[in-house]
Amino acid sequence: MSKTFFIDLTKCTACRGCQVACKQWKKLPAEKTVNWGSRQNPKDLSGVTLKLVRFSEVETNGKLQWLFYPEQCRHCVEPPCIDAMTVPGSIVHDQETGAVIYTSLTAKEPNKESFAANCPYDIPRINKETGMVVKCDMCNDRVKMGMLPACVLTCPTGAMNFGEREDMLELAEKNLEAAQKRYPDAELVDEYTVRVIYLVQTSPTSYHEYLEADASSIQRGPLSRKQFLAKLASPLKRMNS
Amino acid sequence: MTNHWIDLKNSDCILIMGSNAAENHPISFKWVTKAQEKGATVIHVDPRFTRTSAKADMYAPIRSGADIAVLGGMIKYILDNDLIFKEYVLEYTNASFIVGDKYAFDNGIFSGYNRETRSYDLSQWAFAMDENGNPKKDPTLQDPRCVYQMLRKHYERYTLDNVEAISGMTRADIVKFYETYAATGKKDKAGTIMYAMGWTQHTVGVQNIRAMAIIQLLLGNIGIPGGGVNALRGEANVQGSTDHGLLYHILPGYLATPLAAHQSLAEYNKAFTPVSNDPMSANWWQNFPKYSASLLKSMWMDDDPAVSFNYLPKLDTAAASVYSWLNLFDKMDKGQFKGLFAWGMNPACSGANTHKTRQALTRLDWLVNVNIFPNETGSFWEGPGMDPSKIKTEVFFLPCSVSIEKEGSVSNSGRWMQWRYQGPDAPHGFKPDGDLMYELMHEIQALYKKEGGVYPEPILRFNLEGWATNGIFDPHKTAKLINGHFTRDVEIGGTVYKKGTQVPSFAMLQADGSTCSGNWLYCNSYTEQGNMAARRSLAQTPEQEKLGLFPNYTWCWPVNRRILYNRASVDPTGKPWNPELPLIQWDAITKKWVGDVPDGGWAPGERHPFIMTRFGFGQLYGPGRADGPLPEYYEPLECPVNSHPFSTTLHNPTAISYADEDKAVCDPRYPFVGTTYRVTEHWQTGLMTRNQEWLVEMEPQMFVEMSEELAALRGITNGEKVIVESVRGSVWAKAMVTKRFKPFDVQGTVIHQVGLPWHYGWTWPKDGGDSANILTPSVGDPNTGIPETKAFMVNVRKA
Repeated sequence: MSKTFFIDLTKCTACRGCQVACKQWKKLPAEKTVNWGSRQNPKDLSGVTLKLVRFSEVETNGKLQWLFYPEQCRHCVEPPCIDAMTVPGSIVHDQETGAVIYTSLTAKEPNKESFAANCPYDIPRINKETGMVVKCDMCNDRVKMGMLPACVLTCPTGAMNFGEREDMLELAEKNLEAAQKRYPDAELVDEYTVRVIYLVQTSPTSYHEYLEADASSIQRGPLSRKQFLAKLASPLKRMNS
Repeated sequence: MTNHWIDLKNSDCILIMGSNAAENHPISFKWVTKAQEKGATVIHVDPRFTRTSAKADMYAPIRSGADIAVLGGMIKYILDNDLIFKEYVLEYTNASFIVGDKYAFDNGIFSGYNRETRSYDLSQWAFAMDENGNPKKDPTLQDPRCVYQMLRKHYERYTLDNVEAISGMTRADIVKFYETYAATGKKDKAGTIMYAMGWTQHTVGVQNIRAMAIIQLLLGNIGIPGGGVNALRGEANVQGSTDHGLLYHILPGYLATPLAAHQSLAEYNKAFTPVSNDPMSANWWQNFPKYSASLLKSMWMDDDPAVSFNYLPKLDTAAASVYSWLNLFDKMDKGQFKGLFAWGMNPACSGANTHKTRQALTRLDWLVNVNIFPNETGSFWEGPGMDPSKIKTEVFFLPCSVSIEKEGSVSNSGRWMQWRYQGPDAPHGFKPDGDLMYELMHEIQALYKKEGGVYPEPILRFNLEGWATNGIFDPHKTAKLINGHFTRDVEIGGTVYKKGTQVPSFAMLQADGSTCSGNWLYCNSYTEQGNMAARRSLAQTPEQEKLGLFPNYTWCWPVNRRILYNRASVDPTGKPWNPELPLIQWDAITKKWVGDVPDGGWAPGERHPFIMTRFGFGQLYGPGRADGPLPEYYEPLECPVNSHPFSTTLHNPTAISYADEDKAVCDPRYPFVGTTYRVTEHWQTGLMTRNQEWLVEMEPQMFVEMSEELAALRGITNGEKVIVESVRGSVWAKAMVTKRFKPFDVQGTVIHQVGLPWHYGWTWPKDGGDSANILTPSVGDPNTGIPETKAFMVNVRKA
């Protein structure tokens, strides 16, 4: 029963219910924030913020888009962060659900920054209090009990979906076809290599630098998209960001 | 809502105007999204590009307060291009009615205006009547005095040039908007409107909604699935509190509050019971005496309603300018109140013109603040600019339990009465509001018993034990009393209803005291079959399922009718206009309607469908409002222009205002239009949400959104602290410089607009800021008294 999220950003209203639901289920404290001229708050993921809705205003040819991106760990099919592990058991890849889980042993890792360095999506953060490297764990405790992840359960519009991988891939293709009628540039992001598939209405970088896997070290031009993704999926490939 | 939340999915075109539904009613977008999936077009008209605009198929910016220009222009566009749903307009609206001779309109003023009292003599707007006492009609719609022709004439000034010049909306947007929405005037198309405080909080609030109602009637969009006029209520139970008489001018069930002039129940009933001589008009309010008597009986069980009518408090006048919110605080400020119960409210932040409101609280002898958290109202005496040593007001704080800590019902925007069970117990023995009110009234009764007093009967004879079991407030018993029961054995149509049995439906309520009902609209909600609001069955017929009617899930007033005026969804022979989405259908064999609960069980064509109106027709021309039978354009009482293209009457001549309070009109000190709004993350004055750290983390501080152009003009950088000031006061806010606000071109001049949330208050969080209502004026709509907090004038400068 390998699991996958499908997040249709054309339907996300940035209500941020997912951002709060994550904190609630994980019993994570609020950060002390100030308004910094954006709705996005906190500014970034952190040791106590594992899910963050990012806001981006993009204006092209006088047409404004306000893009919303609920960011979280992708639970890569072949997680490159595992290669950063030096303490056995600090990362557990649950073969049943596909969840990539950072354990308390991450606190013993000598080079915690390498987790983020190895992540093509710049997700892992360090919790200053516990010293652990942290990120979304797919609400694996809930999922094992047959419940939806907290963020998915709270989504009012159907933007966030979760289920069997084949079902989610099928839903993603179906929604992509519908979305392309309204947004010709709509696409699925890295759908073959990750367990959190985003449907975007415009280029992924318009949302955020790391919505799509960072390909800065890859010559993208000569590669087909399939080749590129295959390369990314390879456990031998190191991502440096 | 005439319709309900789920029904949004049945729409072909959803207009969101005067609302930011995606942010302020997030769950509504479940159904808006479903409509879009099926091909519906979503249009958002708003001064600012919001999270709603981001999801809309079309977004058109409009200067705050210019709605009637744009909507009046749409009425003209529909009529000029003959896009009306002809059969519907002719059969179901008052388009053919002839307007009486006394009605006139000249240069922004309707006939019957009294400059001294700033009010109209509404009798001048009446219809011309025939020899049988029915309105004269011209079914050819050619008579120059018929409503259809009057509409044409009234809105001929609302040209594209004029609309564009005053609203700041571009010509291309206006035309595209009109074309797209007017396309729903087809038999098989439905258009709906989702509006909220962006329409109501204006000195023309009621007329904003009237203008849209006219459009909906012209396009045949009322009474049908995916149509209607849908007010998105600001609180989960605002619908319920309004139904149960929260406002000064209505008792429970929208029965008018009696006036001092009504010396008897008979006089009161006569004043509010309309008469129609048309046998095809259901004229539902003809039942008024049954509902008033049943209400009185529920309150004073041991008295004849003719006697207990005298117990009701009476108003001197029904004018909103006298008894509504703004004037309560004006009188309080003048020292005319001794005490105030602020119950589940935070007027020190929520009321317009905050400084005045807070000052008014200092004139009180006592203030009882009932809430789940301490707030700015209870702490006003130690707030900014206050000297506690000079304030006499004694403040009592009564903490109460939260909604999930008690049992009872809420009625949502879609009129669904939903029973909720109690979750956890309240901490520290805090009690529900019902218990507090019961115990308070118990004490008052005891004091009157002990000490006597002037006219003690209304208090001592009050049916307080009707709410309680063994001296404890009982929500079930109260809900049963709201439904009502027979107070003696009654025979109706051959059936005998025993004393004490629940009344099955309001059709059985009586005018002679033999029934009681705390709210006739809720009669049928708690019957001998049980608590209908507690039902949770998802069972429905295939036709109901297609629409998502869910008739067995909770209960909906009236009599579980999910869409109001549903007899307008079928033609006069009972066939649905849109056979693909039938709401009700006449079964010729069983001689019954199937589908939704119909607006009366009469056979097709036996009654006009708009049963709540006197004559049975949808009111294109509505002679009952305080400021005119047709919506007319006026500027907000604070505005950036000194003229508009429609008349030389700049403002609504009947608006509520206080002559001694300055207003900024074309005042160079306050050059920018200001507006207030909400964010998803906070609730009302923020009382609940400012105490919730995860929400404060997301929206920690007061902010002001402004365009990049305005920021450049004032040298303001994104994220820096700035001052926003109006005639009444100033607040600090974090500048949010955004592409989502753009300057407007208004009559050739660049007009900037800014907007602020009103969720903050000085108590908590400490660096959160204060209420945006410090900026807003005490001016209001003449029908409702609602303040104009959506359009006023400000300045913005670096802090």
